Amino acid sequence: MDQQHIRNFSIIAHIDHGKSTLADRILELTHAVSAREMREQLLDSMDLERERGITIKAQAVRVDWKGHQLNLIDTPGHVDFTYEVSRSLQACEGALLVVDAAQGIEAQTLANAYLALENDLEIVPVVNKIDLPQADPDGAARQLADLLGVEPSSVLRISAKTGVGVDDVLDAVVERVPPPTGDLAAPGRALVFDSSYDQYRGVVAFVRIVDGTFRRREQLRTMALRTRFEAQELGFFSPAQRAVPSLVAGEVGYVITGLKEVSELRVGDTITSEREPAAEALPGFKDVKPMVFAGLFPTDSDRYPDLRDALERLKLNDAALFYEPENSQALGFGFRCGFLGLLHMEIVRERLEREFDLDLLVTAPTVAYRVRTPDGGSIEVHNPADMPDEFEVVEEPYVKASIIVPKEHVGAVMELNNERRGRFDHLEYLSEERVHLTYLLPLSEIVLDYYDQLKSRTRGYASFDYDVADFQEGNLVRVDVLVGGETVDALSLIVHRDSAYARGKALVEKLREEIPRQMFDVPIQAAIGSRVIARETVKARRKDVLAKCYGGDITRKRKLLERQKAGKKRMKQVGAVEVPQEAFLAVLNLGDGQR
Amino acid sequence: MSGVRHLYVHLPFCAHRCGYCDFVTVVGRIDDHGRYVNALLAELSLERTLLAPDLETVFIGGGTPSFTHPAALAGLLSSLPGAAEMTVEANPETVTPALASLLRDGGVTRVSLGVQTFEPRLLRVLERAAQPDDVRRAVYALRDANFDNISLDLIYGIPGQSAADLERDLAAALALEPDHLSCYELEAKPGTRFTHTFGDELTRQADAMEDYFERVVDRLTGAGYRWYETANFCRPGAPVGSDDFRARHNLAYWRARDYLGLGIGAVSTVNGRRWRNRPALGRYVDTLLQGARPPREHEELSVEVRQREQVILGLRLDEPLTVDGVEAALDRGAVERLEKLGLARANRGKLTLTQRGRFLGGGVTAELLA
Repeated sequence: MDQQHIRNFSIIAHIDHGKSTLADRILELTHAVSAREMREQLLDSMDLERERGITIKAQAVRVDWKGHQLNLIDTPGHVDFTYEVSRSLQACEGALLVVDAAQGIEAQTLANAYLALENDLEIVPVVNKIDLPQADPDGAARQLADLLGVEPSSVLRISAKTGVGVDDVLDAVVERVPPPTGDLAAPGRALVFDSSYDQYRGVVAFVRIVDGTFRRREQLRTMALRTRFEAQELGFFSPAQRAVPSLVAGEVGYVITGLKEVSELRVGDTITSEREPAAEALPGFKDVKPMVFAGLFPTDSDRYPDLRDALERLKLNDAALFYEPENSQALGFGFRCGFLGLLHMEIVRERLEREFDLDLLVTAPTVAYRVRTPDGGSIEVHNPADMPDEFEVVEEPYVKASIIVPKEHVGAVMELNNERRGRFDHLEYLSEERVHLTYLLPLSEIVLDYYDQLKSRTRGYASFDYDVADFQEGNLVRVDVLVGGETVDALSLIVHRDSAYARGKALVEKLREEIPRQMFDVPIQAAIGSRVIARETVKARRKDVLAKCYGGDITRKRKLLERQKAGKKRMKQVGAVEVPQEAFLAVLNLGDGQR
Repeated sequence: MSGVRHLYVHLPFCAHRCGYCDFVTVVGRIDDHGRYVNALLAELSLERTLLAPDLETVFIGGGTPSFTHPAALAGLLSSLPGAAEMTVEANPETVTPALASLLRDGGVTRVSLGVQTFEPRLLRVLERAAQPDDVRRAVYALRDANFDNISLDLIYGIPGQSAADLERDLAAALALEPDHLSCYELEAKPGTRFTHTFGDELTRQADAMEDYFERVVDRLTGAGYRWYETANFCRPGAPVGSDDFRARHNLAYWRARDYLGLGIGAVSTVNGRRWRNRPALGRYVDTLLQGARPPREHEELSVEVRQREQVILGLRLDEPLTVDGVEAALDRGAVERLEKLGLARANRGKLTLTQRGRFLGGGVTAELLA
């Protein structure tokens, strides 16, 4: 189709503001799916996405509307996937910015709206859920108009649920979103905005053709990673998969590559023709690096191979997931995993537990630290246990945090951010009631329980988003936990010196509660280097006997002792100390309100 | 096969079931006592072939054997085979000069008195009928009847029992110069009425009572008693016909010897088989009076299990455990670990627990088991 009749667009919305419902209505209205075929929220295919109300993997659907080809490109909704979102937006010329009429603008909406503006997209503002009793369409429209610098009258008002106004949305896409302006005659360039893995066909790339034409069986390569492959099949989704002989500039579709690993084909890379390559790649490719790290250990050590297999399987579809084997003396064999952010970590963990039926022990999440050693070297530390005893400088990642909150909670948010070593950046009233705050915060301060704290201190009203900004020097120390004089590697932490004492104290107190009394005194210490900053003792038992044992008691007492012995064998051994796995669990779950 | 030399006889009757008790007991039913004894004797004759010609010990436990109707009790004693040591358990309030003579005449050599405590307030908590003076009267009556082997049972860790209460109990017991003492920590067994009432209080007191065991051992060994088993103490010297005042019948259990048990709930262990009579009184009596064996639960004891039991039981004693023959049941690494902790000593094929090792006997034993 000629580019004048093509429109490529995304939907930007906060969780639960109705993105998926709107997508469903669009498919219905354009007869892409019949009502009978309609599964609610068709685009979200994974269980997890449904439950959490988020979309993890971007997909694209082609529909026809009044003689135009509309490509709806779905974007992941969360900050951890900012890079993926930005690539999806780069594949579009326009975006629908959808806001709940009762909720107004949220931090996530704002972050993605800014991304869209950065990508020079035409934004079509939409107020959704106007049918709700508590809806304030005028207020929400005013917020959107202020944000975008447009007239409130240009804001569409719809109910995706009932279908009211959805056809106006499609008309607005055709009228307002500009058509693609690719060069049909130029060498082919396609932007990879997502990929997935099919066990029979290998890696499938989701692409926006920017210039030229791509044909089936054509030899292709990527310009950043220089991966070579053949276009085994080209096509698009409507939403059923349709193969076509070629895709041309302006169109959106998929390429089946036959590649065996998603890591060979990265989001943001440019695909071009092997025979007639483009001179220049499309802008914006970044090799995304994991920012948040945690150790994942099977609670049942026999399931280590299962965990390894599960991670391999997840990695097939998730190029951002990083893992390497880790051996903890306390927790046994597991993996140190790297994630884009907290949500990414949560998703991976839940999928491992749900889809692979694994019970996991997850160590406290940590971030990537850059450490300059005395010999002038520089290392990146992903595991507190690897932090060298001697170092010159540690740098930690900072994020630019964006928080939107009703004005009465501004004080609570500022207090929290101060506790978390935040640096105030900006405050702005979005409306009379709602305030947008930005702060610079160390990522390490938000990985544990920041979001929960933010929610509880603002009675759930705050919305939060962040973007990794840079690395900055920090006064950081490694706190080790020693049980019976032995360091428990899995419990080491890197923290700011000012909170080392409180964190160390909370850890040793919790451990004292959790470690059962032994036949000898067990000191539990938190230490920075050789300096002990907190200490508790699990006092030795003074008596442990079965009071009576005569002829009638022997079987029962024997079974009791055999059970006791079996219990001992299940304990994790730290030096001479027997520590139940639950103790580690309790300590690793520590975090809420303990800082 | 030389035959079983140790016989246990269970007399389940009690005037009242104390809240903390989880033994097989039957309250009252005076009319049943005679029939029950007949059933016991019927069971004895069915199993007689298992017994050696000469028994070393007979132990009549309960229940409250001394509560049993005197005629029935006398009938039982006269029909049981004689033994070098014959023990009867008794509650102090039941021990009259007449009962003492009845026991003596029946061949009883040793009486074990269920004292539990001398503190009236704590006796009420335990729902015990005897008063402190009943204990003294009982001891005097037994001495008058020429009993030279009297044991007192004490319980410590009673809800509301202070350390001073415990010291007073020990002093009161020692003042009676018993030949033997058994001191048990109160066990709040799940499901008993007692645990329902006092469980929370006991949990709160657990820390304060942690050293009571040590106090008991210190006080009694200080008074010259031998701490020969986890919960048992005896004075120096010996009764007529024996080497010392240790309870010979119970020593047989701790040395993992075979024994035959008669009566409801009674357990027997003979040649690697263990069985337990079911606790229902009516079924027991009816079955035996029809000439059949009573309903039982059976358990086969493998060689491995018997070795483990030898370790579990043997480590309760102050005698070294002979490692030869039980090696398979022992974790060698644990022996070394416990030696390092000063809880055990291994020397020339013998394994001994230190004093602290004995205080921690349960945990130490669990550690030692392979």
